[in-house]
Amino acid sequence: MSASRADFLAIIRSPAPVLQSGVLGFLLLIPFVVLAKGPYQTTEAFLNEVFDSAPPAAEVVWLRSEIKETTKEILGHAYPGIRVRYWGEAGRTAWILEEVGKTQPITVGLVVNEDGLESLRVLAFRESRGWEVRYPFFTDQFPGTRLTTGHELDRDIDGISGATLSVRALKKLARLALYLHQQTAQYNDTSP
Amino acid sequence: MKFKPFTLAASCLLVWSQLIHADGATATPTIEQMWEIIQSQQAEIEALKKQQKQTAQQAADADEKAEAAVVAVEEVDSKTAGVANWVDKTTIGGYGELHYNNFEGEDNEIDLHRFVLFFGHEFTDSIRFFSEFEIEHGESGDGKNGEVEVEQAYLEFDLSENMQAKGGVFLLPVGILNETHEPGTFYGVERNNVENIIIPSTWWEGGAALNGHFDNGISWDVAITSGLEMDSTGKNAFRVRSGRQKVSKATANDLSYTGRLKYTGIPGLELAGTINYQSNASQGNHNGLNEGTLYETHAVFNKGAFGLRALYARWNFNGSAVSAAGADDQYGWYIEPSYKPWQKVGLYTRYEKLDGARDQDQFDQWEVGANYWPHPDVVLKADYRDRNVDSNSSGADDVKAFDLGIGYQF
Repeated sequence: MSASRADFLAIIRSPAPVLQSGVLGFLLLIPFVVLAKGPYQTTEAFLNEVFDSAPPAAEVVWLRSEIKETTKEILGHAYPGIRVRYWGEAGRTAWILEEVGKTQPITVGLVVNEDGLESLRVLAFRESRGWEVRYPFFTDQFPGTRLTTGHELDRDIDGISGATLSVRALKKLARLALYLHQQTAQYNDTSP
Repeated sequence: MKFKPFTLAASCLLVWSQLIHADGATATPTIEQMWEIIQSQQAEIEALKKQQKQTAQQAADADEKAEAAVVAVEEVDSKTAGVANWVDKTTIGGYGELHYNNFEGEDNEIDLHRFVLFFGHEFTDSIRFFSEFEIEHGESGDGKNGEVEVEQAYLEFDLSENMQAKGGVFLLPVGILNETHEPGTFYGVERNNVENIIIPSTWWEGGAALNGHFDNGISWDVAITSGLEMDSTGKNAFRVRSGRQKVSKATANDLSYTGRLKYTGIPGLELAGTINYQSNASQGNHNGLNEGTLYETHAVFNKGAFGLRALYARWNFNGSAVSAAGADDQYGWYIEPSYKPWQKVGLYTRYEKLDGARDQDQFDQWEVGANYWPHPDVVLKADYRDRNVDSNSSGADDVKAFDLGIGYQF
């Protein structure tokens, strides 16, 4: 063992351009060999899961005056559209929303039940860093969250070091889904 | 539509009353008259039915037209985006920070320490480019204080959902600040000294890297890159920070190897450790300075209003000259607790202990200060630092300074 370790160190320590260039070249070639990535879950699969394989027809919330302003306040910028599509049934609504983290949009599926967030799932994440927000150890903080009268989340969401902007994007989308849910017929039919 | 039944009833009553008035108060209508009334009512019902059908059709038509109009608007948006596809796929951002340093017993200073622009482009869902272009100290050129630097320019490839590769110029995965150093993300007008003197942040190299992660929050990085080229003589002898070649016609006789293991599986917590191996820290240009290894570990914990950062880093260099100079072992550590009494205000204190190559890089320092974020991307900073240098040699003076800073990112 000691001999092989010594050999290894000798090779690493030596200015062996052949070895180093070979390893470097290998790493650079890898991307051209394997490329595979898509959304972690499609919109269709997400809706089938939420509504037991029988999602209702899509409905829309029109971003009229006050709704448009509040949406802008929550996101920090105007929503890129004049209506937001959702799927609703028996007091539950499902939303597919997007927000940019640092440079790329993060696609998120959210389910709101009555006044609270039932689930939040990242369907597509395209940023170089901040991948942690994809996983349940982070997203499990959201279920049960409600909206305050000031359109903030009613509880703290602990962040991820180095992923501040991705965390911020998901918190915005949670607030937006909770707010838009309140504008739907599903909510107005069940609200006290 | 609500008044229609009422209208019908009223018309019936009117006909009925006319019959009553015609034949007397108690007269009963004849069968012919009843038939006439029924016929009249039937005609009214038919007319109303027709009107209702027309109204429903008009409403359906209006809905259809509105839907078609919205779809058309959305399609136009989509087509416009298609025309300007590169705009959608190209991102521009940046950050900057201005510092004011009020030194006790020395000239004060105001400095546009950094102004950075970054550009990114997504070629496909799996291939993207990222770059960072920085101007330090406001200007650059011969005899100027600052520099123009390309700190990042790399291609990144998604190999799978959990693994990426990149090639080009990129930041080494080491420490807390090296990869994330926008001014709003850390306390203190100036960055901490350990991640300046021991870890030469911002530290970028050219090469290739692989990284991956697991759904339990563990991630790993490996990189093969250009290495340091440190001097063994002169005022910056064995100073790690001066050994950065900045990928500017960098000597690449001896590469460096970096590995990091990180855990972020609990929100608010980060634990990480990095080893960087320099196969020859002088690139073979100086006798007496051979290989070097950096060991770094850190912890970050944020829970509610409380925060804590702690980092330890140590270099071991081999070689007769570096040993003779006492610079073969260089280390530093710091601990930084913080508290946010309000969402937009954070208070902190930091203690640092350093033992670098130069006399002025061997000291301990206390620092207290505050950050104020009027907007999540804008920060105002103030701090006071008190540095006690170990050596009594000239040029290695204690430092007491009051600092102000503004920072932003977009």
